[in-house]
Amino acid sequence: MSDEPNKGLLSPLRRKLLMGMAALPAITMLPKASFAQAPATSAVNTTGLAVTDTEVTVGILHSATGTMAISETGSIEAEKLAIEQINAMGGVLGRKIKFIQEDGASDWPTFAEKAKKLLVNDKVAAIMGCWTSASRKAVLPVMEQYNGMLYYPTFYEGLEQSKNVIYTGQEATQQILAGLNWIAKEKGAKSFFFVGSDYIWPRTSNKIARKHVENVLKGKVVGEEYYPLGNTQFNSVINKIKLTKPDVIFTDVVGGSNVAFYKQLKAAGIDLSKQALLTISVTEDEIDGIGGENIAGAYACMKYFQSLDNPNNKTFVPAFKKMWGEKTVIGDVTQAAYLGPWLWKLTVEKAGSFDVDKIAAASPGVEFKGAPEGYVRIHENHHLWSKTRVGRAKLDGQFELIFETADLVEPDPFPKGYQ
Amino acid sequence: MTDNRFFNRSEFIGILLLAVFLVVVLPLTLDVFRLNLVAKYLTYAFVALGLVVCWGYGGILSLGQGVFFGLGGYCMAMFLKLEASSVENTKIQSTPGIPDFMDWNQITSLPLFWKPFSSLTFTIAAIILVPGIFAWIIGTAMFKRRVGGTYFAIITQAVAAILTILIVGQQGYTGGINGMTDLRTLKGWDIRPDHAKVVLYFFEVGCLFVCIMIAQFVRHSKLGRILVAMREKEDRVRFSGYSVANFKIFAFCIAAVFAAIGGAMFALNVGFMSPSFVGIVPSIEMVIYTAVGGRLSILGAVYGTLLVNFAKTSLSETFPELWLFGLGGLFIAVVLAFPNGLAGIWGDYVQPRIDRLIPSRKPKPEGWTDSSVADGAPAE
Repeated sequence: MSDEPNKGLLSPLRRKLLMGMAALPAITMLPKASFAQAPATSAVNTTGLAVTDTEVTVGILHSATGTMAISETGSIEAEKLAIEQINAMGGVLGRKIKFIQEDGASDWPTFAEKAKKLLVNDKVAAIMGCWTSASRKAVLPVMEQYNGMLYYPTFYEGLEQSKNVIYTGQEATQQILAGLNWIAKEKGAKSFFFVGSDYIWPRTSNKIARKHVENVLKGKVVGEEYYPLGNTQFNSVINKIKLTKPDVIFTDVVGGSNVAFYKQLKAAGIDLSKQALLTISVTEDEIDGIGGENIAGAYACMKYFQSLDNPNNKTFVPAFKKMWGEKTVIGDVTQAAYLGPWLWKLTVEKAGSFDVDKIAAASPGVEFKGAPEGYVRIHENHHLWSKTRVGRAKLDGQFELIFETADLVEPDPFPKGYQ
Repeated sequence: MTDNRFFNRSEFIGILLLAVFLVVVLPLTLDVFRLNLVAKYLTYAFVALGLVVCWGYGGILSLGQGVFFGLGGYCMAMFLKLEASSVENTKIQSTPGIPDFMDWNQITSLPLFWKPFSSLTFTIAAIILVPGIFAWIIGTAMFKRRVGGTYFAIITQAVAAILTILIVGQQGYTGGINGMTDLRTLKGWDIRPDHAKVVLYFFEVGCLFVCIMIAQFVRHSKLGRILVAMREKEDRVRFSGYSVANFKIFAFCIAAVFAAIGGAMFALNVGFMSPSFVGIVPSIEMVIYTAVGGRLSILGAVYGTLLVNFAKTSLSETFPELWLFGLGGLFIAVVLAFPNGLAGIWGDYVQPRIDRLIPSRKPKPEGWTDSSVADGAPAE
């Protein structure tokens, strides 16, 4: 207990030493002129953030341990890659990005505690982090109280908008509506069966999907079932699906439950090449666990697939694999996490300052042309304009792009007529 | 009955040292952020304290204390959430004036069982009574049928699992897996700024000492002796004419109420309540705090909780990807090497040396406080 204050003194010191050593070669190589270009710290940092003449500190806050680690590891890797690339290009306002990584441990209050630590103790300029809605909800009051800036990567349920958060994933209407329209038109689908995990994101997504199916597509929802997180017994819902014979199974089952769900579907004789299934929760990361042979033929609706054929993605995927290994796969959220540090850098440069208030104000309109998913732009409501895509799962665990919206879809976190 | 007092001399010194440590040393040396973390750790100390009474003395191992921690915490959180959901705070919702998660789940009016929680008096009563009565029901159902030992532990685990599923499933009424977040004010007093955190910390330490005193009283009363006797030879106590079940129920209820107070303190200090404190894993963690501190030691429970949580925080800050191994190693080391926990280390190694060094009646020179308190707990 008494070593606690010591630790507080020691670890920043140690960190500084390490930082100093790491920065040494870079400093000696830099021409003197580059110091002159970087604006003075006093001008770009008026609120006491961890910004020095050569460095700026950001936080990475995801679950490295616990049940969510399998999903969040990709985000951590993407953020580290982005930071490394930005540093290789000279950093932000002439300052290298240094990161402090904290473990949210798949536990929402721990997320809140660590977010507070990053803001209060480490005075980080921004936090790239959170994954589940629950962790974001826990961190949000902390961000607002201590005026931090959070870049949140996951597609989520909407109904939220904060000065202190940039949502780099899609909100529910952005993700779902285009996919439903497509499947209704393409497959003539009229009846839908919803299966989801039991928490706020699937519930809200299905609420939006139901309103859209009933009011816009004039179809019918023939069933809606929820299972607790981590559930592995889907036999009863599969029987109901067999009885009701829906045109489309619409699923937002998350995490490990997916493995059981798709295996049991297959075992029950539901052939996804004949029975249309549209998921909004399975990315390449999940297929890694499910197995391509169990899910091949299913449609997924989101904004990014690893197989996207565009110049940005063709440089992004090899760079990611070079850093994290040939076998890694890149899902939708991983790509969205990669956008975080870049959008932050672009916003800081637009604002000419690290101050959170100025970044929040400068964010709308910031555009990132180098995004692996293609061009993105920050909306006034701090969400991203982005395209929505439908892909079809293949045996090798990748998606084949089937459809994408012609234009960027406007984010609408408080959709009228869907609440 | 010679010992029928609150405490003997060495216990009195131990409590005094703990008071100095919590009231003077920590607030002077830690910044508000760390002090708030200590406040969070101490909420678990209430649970650990309850476990000392119920498990250490009574021999009733409950692996479901998270249930009571959660009930107390949710009662408090409901009051705070209602206050944070005033019409003007929630005007962007389709139904202003109800908690945000209800609005997300298409609930359009405040459910009946929420309504009384707009009163602070009712809430405080509920924090004590709801878990107390619930524990009494479980206890009566189990102990009257002479269910005990492992079976009881398993049943408490089942209760923890059931309550978690209930809370997660009824998300329109409970906030589901997200829990209740963004708690702001207590009777108009903002609980979020730094000065409020300090006030809350001292309030919590005050409550903790009240609970320590109650535990001390139980320990030194005839009741405490019967509990210990029951733990050692239940049948003899029964044949001597005591109603064993009633004593067990009482110990279990005390532990439940302590845990509930801890939970309520948690909601106040952290501004947050979620089902992740109710389930099996947190309940077992709470037993570990008690085991590390020494399950027979009232003060050991407090120190054990602080030590484990400090270790958890600092290990996870230093090694974000490996810290769980460090923590696991700590538990294994304690159980293998020091089965009586911190209190055992103190009693076996530190206390005898001090006694040798200071033969006279003045037991503690100054300067002893900070360094050695951290290493071990004063024994009983």
